[in-house]
Amino acid sequence: MYQYDEFDADFVEQRAVQFGRQVEDRLAGKITEEQFRPLRLMNGLYLQLHAYMLRINVPYGCLNSTQMRKLAHIARVFDKGYGHLTTRQNMQFNWIKLSDMPAILLELASVEMHGIQSSGNCIRNITADEYAGASADEIEDPRVYCEILRQWSSLHPEFSFLPRKFKIAVSGSDRDRAAIKAHDIGLRLHKNEAGEAGFEVFVGGGLGRTPFIGQSIRAFLPTQHVLSYCEAILRVYNQLGRRDNKYKARIKILVHEMGGEAFGEKVEKEWAEIRETALELPESETARVGGFFAPPPHEKLDDDDSDLAGHMAGDPDFATWVEQQTARHREPGYAIVNVSCSPVGKPPGDISAAQMDGFADLADAYNFGEMRVTHNQNLVLTDVRKKDLFALWQKLVTLGLATANHGLISDTICCPGLDYCALANARSIPLAEKLSERFADQNKQKDIGEVYLNMSGCINACGHHHIGNIGIVGVDKKNSELYQLMLGGSAEEDASLGKILGRGFDEDGIVDAVELVIDTYIELREAGEKFIDTYRRVGPDPFKEKVYSAPA
Amino acid sequence: MPLLKNGNIIEDPYTRVTEGEELPGEGPILVDLALWQAQRDALVARSSEVGVQLAAGESPAAIAPDLEHIALVALEFPAFTDGRAYSYARLLRERHRFEGELRAVGDVLIEQLHFMDRVGFDSFDMKSDEAAEEWKTAQADMSVWYQPTGDERPTATRLRRS
Repeated sequence: MYQYDEFDADFVEQRAVQFGRQVEDRLAGKITEEQFRPLRLMNGLYLQLHAYMLRINVPYGCLNSTQMRKLAHIARVFDKGYGHLTTRQNMQFNWIKLSDMPAILLELASVEMHGIQSSGNCIRNITADEYAGASADEIEDPRVYCEILRQWSSLHPEFSFLPRKFKIAVSGSDRDRAAIKAHDIGLRLHKNEAGEAGFEVFVGGGLGRTPFIGQSIRAFLPTQHVLSYCEAILRVYNQLGRRDNKYKARIKILVHEMGGEAFGEKVEKEWAEIRETALELPESETARVGGFFAPPPHEKLDDDDSDLAGHMAGDPDFATWVEQQTARHREPGYAIVNVSCSPVGKPPGDISAAQMDGFADLADAYNFGEMRVTHNQNLVLTDVRKKDLFALWQKLVTLGLATANHGLISDTICCPGLDYCALANARSIPLAEKLSERFADQNKQKDIGEVYLNMSGCINACGHHHIGNIGIVGVDKKNSELYQLMLGGSAEEDASLGKILGRGFDEDGIVDAVELVIDTYIELREAGEKFIDTYRRVGPDPFKEKVYSAPA
Repeated sequence: MPLLKNGNIIEDPYTRVTEGEELPGEGPILVDLALWQAQRDALVARSSEVGVQLAAGESPAAIAPDLEHIALVALEFPAFTDGRAYSYARLLRERHRFEGELRAVGDVLIEQLHFMDRVGFDSFDMKSDEAAEEWKTAQADMSVWYQPTGDERPTATRLRRS
């Protein structure tokens, strides 16, 4: 993975020192909370219901074991012993004291980490496919361009005060594991007929109150132009994006109001002016950054490991885990391992300091010292020898990280909700726990098959409810928590937005309703159909009928 | 309000003239876009410098053809969160090759100075009397930049190659 050189190290350290001064000014009463607010937000520090929350960037989800141990240390010393994985592939801590911030930032800087631009109306952490560099279906490695974009977007002098926050995601295969069409800019790496790599560029996707699927404004952008093209998009948006209403300030509203085609024309016109500038990537730079993402030293192995089959035959729990949690690697004899941080009855994405430390050890032992955070709030080891899977699994069991629910109904995306967040209308974590308990039976989950259940505690949609196959959103009705149910969303290459099924439910009612939705799917599905396939074939009516005709 | 230019507090040589007021016979004046458009010829004919202040939302394209007659462009930040003028500044410097004074007015805070400096502003209407000190602090805060802008400051990418 990428390693800082002197420039990157200076940059982060200078910023940590600067924020340390600002914190001291605040603690000494030299500046007011109002003056301090924008400064802390630009360094990833939110003020939530009970305490400060610090969001630490994990660039495109890539972490090494040293960094993970540092996060464990911060969890233990400065927080309540755990952290939370976010949908931007970041880690956040919910119980931070302001007076500890200068020390925390220097600790982070020592392992090449920071919270710069993890909040505020600027370009946020750039996300990518968590299988990057390992998956069998990859066309080009998106991390190279994520890193190039990360540097370009870091304290960009022109784009640090945008109308609203701005999110970029990059995918490098036909299978979209980065939800690129739900982003302000989504970049899809692919190859043209001449075999050259380039991007399809999507703009104007986003969730929140007014969700939109991104529109393609360019089918093929040669890779050396990625910075100038993004700069053109941001420049158009920075000038024309609405600033009169924060709920209409995202680029998706501008693209929607202008139309994708008209917006694309403006971008192309601006781009024509700046494409031949210092923003054009020389091959040497792409190669330099690309060098950091060279594959780890894989051994030459047979794809089938003789011991693996034996262990699977001997231990059905292990077999279930292998089938559910591993994905095909491009190298024979290796596997990609999904590690669930959504165990039954626990907050999705929470991870304790002991788990962080233990997982860092496993990354060192089995995965070249690296790991990934996924936008589904889980972890991934990308390069595990199949012969190591059994030993790895046994240790994951000990750590409480061996839940076999990848892509199943209990592997939810969930925002922190009313337990932490000042914006939320309803609690989401206890609901996620209840739902995962309702569907805890492994055989039942497995029979249901792939279904993505996403939930948010309010319409701001941090839990991506619009693009879950099943989405749940908390709303406030006459001061009581109420949950609405939506069906038919997808975050993948066939991206779509879910539609509200009908009136809302209380906490127990929504759990029952989800079960009725699943029952309906099981009744109606044809051979080989996933939940989303059946829903798209039959539409909402059979689900509506079943859910709302049930005796109360 | 203290005016900061090249790191020093200076006396603002420009007098603001708004619509309905008579143009002074001599001395530099600063007018808004409406007045500039209404009295362009009279303003150009004066022997002293004229500056034009653009409100947020008024694109520099409106004065681009006349820049040779304009000595100062002031760009307004109605709130520090309104970042349109960062793009306007770069367009003025890099697209329209404006070489006169580019002034930031409105909600100008110390933490923005390094961004403003990088996009081409060279004078700042500050709120604080300690503006010269603040400028020094802001200049010393960051020495590494990743983005090429018209100020020609070397980026990390360029320095790595040299």
